[in-house]
Amino acid sequence: MARVRVQREDFDPGAEGEALARGRTDVGAVVSFIGYCRDEGGSLAALELEHYPGMVEEEVARATSEAEARWPLLGATVIHRYGRITPGERIVLVAVAAAHRGAAFAAAEMLMDYLKTRAPFWKRAIRSDGVVEGWIEAKQEDDRSAARWSASAD
Amino acid sequence: MKALYFAWVRERVGTAEEELNPPSTVKTVGDLIAWLRERGEGYAHAFDKPAAVRAALDRVHVRSDASIAGVKEVAFFPPMTGG
Repeated sequence: MARVRVQREDFDPGAEGEALARGRTDVGAVVSFIGYCRDEGGSLAALELEHYPGMVEEEVARATSEAEARWPLLGATVIHRYGRITPGERIVLVAVAAAHRGAAFAAAEMLMDYLKTRAPFWKRAIRSDGVVEGWIEAKQEDDRSAARWSASAD
Repeated sequence: MKALYFAWVRERVGTAEEELNPPSTVKTVGDLIAWLRERGEGYAHAFDKPAAVRAALDRVHVRSDASIAGVKEVAFFPPMTGG
C-alpha cells in the first residue's frame, strides 16, 4: 500500500499529500512531514547523501508494514532524496493518510524515526569554505526516539 | 558472497564492492569482521572498533552473532544518518 521512492530529484509535497486523499471519501486526515537541509548557521554549503540501493526500499517497506499493523492507515508515501542537496532544499517526505488524525500523526512520526535510524542513508557535510567535513555522526537522541516504537517499549 | 561497504567504511576499506570467500571457520558476522581485519591496513582501520560498524545480510539489519550461512550479500556501514 505504501509508496516508497528513492530519488535524486526534488518532489512536490503538496501534490504527494493530496494524492493520498484524491478520489476517496474515507480519508479524514493526511499528515505530512518534510525534512529540509539547513545551513547550520551559515557553515554548511551542502550535504552529500549516500544510500544502499535496494535495501532502502526494503527497509522503508518493513517500517510501513509495521506502521500499518499498528494503526488503521489508508495510505502512505515516503520519498527520500540522495546525492548533493543544498540548504533550503527538501530532503525527505513522509505523508500518511488515515480516517482520524491521531493515527496519521503517530504513524508519520514513527516512520520518520525509523527512517533516521534504520534506513541505510549516510550524510556527509560540505562546509561553506569548500572543506569536506566528513560523515555526520548518528545521534543517540534519534535512537532513543526510534526506541519508543519498538515492541518491547510498549 | 558479495560484500558492500558504505560511507567511511567504504573509504577506509578502499572499495565499494568485492567478492569474499571466507574459510569455513568463519560462521558469523563477527567472525567475518575478525577475518576481514587481517586483510590489510584499510580493513583494520575500518573495523578498528567493531561496535561502531553495522551490518546487513541480504539487505536486513543483523547483529554480529548472526550466521552468514547461505548469505549472498553482506554489507558493512556506519550507523545511519538519513532523514
